[in-house]
Amino acid sequence: MYRFKITKRQETSIWHSCLIFFGALAISLSFGSIILALQGKPPIGGLTYLFKGAFGDLWALEDCLIKGLPIFLCSIGVAIAFRLQVWNIGAEGQFAMGSIGATWLALVFPDQPQYLLLPGMMGASMLAGALWGLIPALLKIRMRTNEIIVTLMMNYLAIYILDYLVYGPWKDPTSFGFPMTAQFSPGAILPMIGNTRLSLGLWLCIFFGIAYWVFFRFTRLGFELKASGENMKAAKYARIPYNTLVILVMVMGGALAGTAGFVESSANLNRLQPSIMAGYGYTAIVVAWIARLNPLFIALASFLLAGLRVGVEHLQLDLQVPAAFGDIMEGLILLTVLASAFFEKYRIGLRKPA
Amino acid sequence: MTVGIFITLLAAAVQSGTPILYATLGEILTEKVGVLNLGVEGMMMVGALTGFLVSKFTGNPVLGFIAGGFSGAMLAWIHGLVCMGLQGNQIVSGLALTILGTGLANYIGTPFAGQTAPGFNPLSIPLLKGIPFFGPVLFQHDLLVYISFLIPPLMWLFFRYTRPGLELRSVGEYPEAAFSAGIRALRFRWAGVLMGGFLAGLGGAYLSLAYTHLWSSGLSAGRGWIAVALVIFAFWKPERAFLGAYFFGGVMAFQLRLQAIGTNIPSSLLLMLPYALTVAVLVFASARARGSDVPAALGVNMEPRD
Repeated sequence: MYRFKITKRQETSIWHSCLIFFGALAISLSFGSIILALQGKPPIGGLTYLFKGAFGDLWALEDCLIKGLPIFLCSIGVAIAFRLQVWNIGAEGQFAMGSIGATWLALVFPDQPQYLLLPGMMGASMLAGALWGLIPALLKIRMRTNEIIVTLMMNYLAIYILDYLVYGPWKDPTSFGFPMTAQFSPGAILPMIGNTRLSLGLWLCIFFGIAYWVFFRFTRLGFELKASGENMKAAKYARIPYNTLVILVMVMGGALAGTAGFVESSANLNRLQPSIMAGYGYTAIVVAWIARLNPLFIALASFLLAGLRVGVEHLQLDLQVPAAFGDIMEGLILLTVLASAFFEKYRIGLRKPA
Repeated sequence: MTVGIFITLLAAAVQSGTPILYATLGEILTEKVGVLNLGVEGMMMVGALTGFLVSKFTGNPVLGFIAGGFSGAMLAWIHGLVCMGLQGNQIVSGLALTILGTGLANYIGTPFAGQTAPGFNPLSIPLLKGIPFFGPVLFQHDLLVYISFLIPPLMWLFFRYTRPGLELRSVGEYPEAAFSAGIRALRFRWAGVLMGGFLAGLGGAYLSLAYTHLWSSGLSAGRGWIAVALVIFAFWKPERAFLGAYFFGGVMAFQLRLQAIGTNIPSSLLLMLPYALTVAVLVFASARARGSDVPAALGVNMEPRD
């Protein structure tokens, strides 16, 4: 009988990695079509419909970018923490707190001019998000609590705080009972770029994306972070104590996710309402991981998974496919990409019987 | 507060804590072999839907309950394949499993939202139900609650006094050493992962078959994550799982009752209670972690050998 023989690869080429990555995508897409067939939907037709709906025309591509912005910001936020092997699952809650911070300022100072109000809102959202990241960081270093569970619970808490505000004190009296705040004043709304439906948030993404790249590529702090994450022993030789690094990555990640909350509430919804919580914070984790924490790949993956969301909306409207199809695909993509990394690291051969 | 209300509340705590108890015990078993599976929430959701569907279409809730367990084990099998077969990161794989499981359950369950299925009804135990205080709190429940009473003592005996139990624990402590000592470490890991998934699936099936008797999306509402936290609170000891599970069962029951009575407290603030307490409980357990039995090799994959 032949047996598998597993040996470690000495080196891997980019082409080999690409091949494996797209192989993984193909496998998850074929599982996706089986799942479509389960509900009696056309398996292949459904997938092509999804692609057309997501990337078929300019309007759809714009939608992908609009949804991609918050995913990207949250994703580089969690990626910073993942670099240090700190498991920040809390982008969703940090995003919620960011939107709450921005909305608070927009509601309190509606008459301030744009050049004061918008930077103020952005600052408030970053502060609120950072605070939501700081709490699990402090608990982790002081009490040694598990940050995965604490950040996750903080997500639930933030969403209920948001619900409380829009159902209660912040509810617009003229909203006919719908849970939402009043529409922001013009000064609190991010301007659009030219004639597009894209806000200045796009420039924010590009700025933070480049900042992330520069930080890990060219600064000593970024290098130490990376080294400490890869090897706990290296952390001992770093200039900055590990505990400070934990606080740093959680605060930076929280601020970035908070910024996403600001962009989403100000530019996209022009108010705060429960539908702002669309799960971008969880998608961001999938994105960060399949992009291997590389900022350029994170941008690409954000765009693709935003496309998945846009496509699923079309499937839902026209083929009555349940919206949870998007979650299934996200889970499948993450699992297959995760599993496929094995074939990059190891070579599998057959061994003849002795 | 009269004694009567107190007893009703405690009985409700036991019932609503039972799904959490199943899931916590499952995760303890999985983590004891050194594998961290954060997919509990996903496995519970899939277990809840499978239990519901099988019971609905066969009319047999016992079959549904068991099927729920198997569906949880099937999801856990994916985790095993990715982490033990293909060296994937256990944290990421578990998160992916939660996304996938919740998605699958909501996807397949969409047409059935709000529908009912035959489930389990209370079955008082003849003599024991008459014991003052303990009778109504512990012995006027459905069959699945009684089964859950038996699992922790059995697990305790297994870990403590049997050879396979000892071998299983050694795999979670130091799999390479266990392997050198002739223990099939990988087999124990698989067994722990699959059994853990089975128990999480049972916990999910309890939700749809005994707790609500109906299917609704988002049924488990974070109970899977609470179970993961309770493993730490229980110091990885099955006998301590009772405590945490019934505490959270009590909190959830209490908060539901308060909402039903109608108080001035907004419901969104009441709903925060279990999650805020999870953080509190975790801080409490981490501060006195000296007594815990955390497996040393938890979360670390075994290198493949050729």
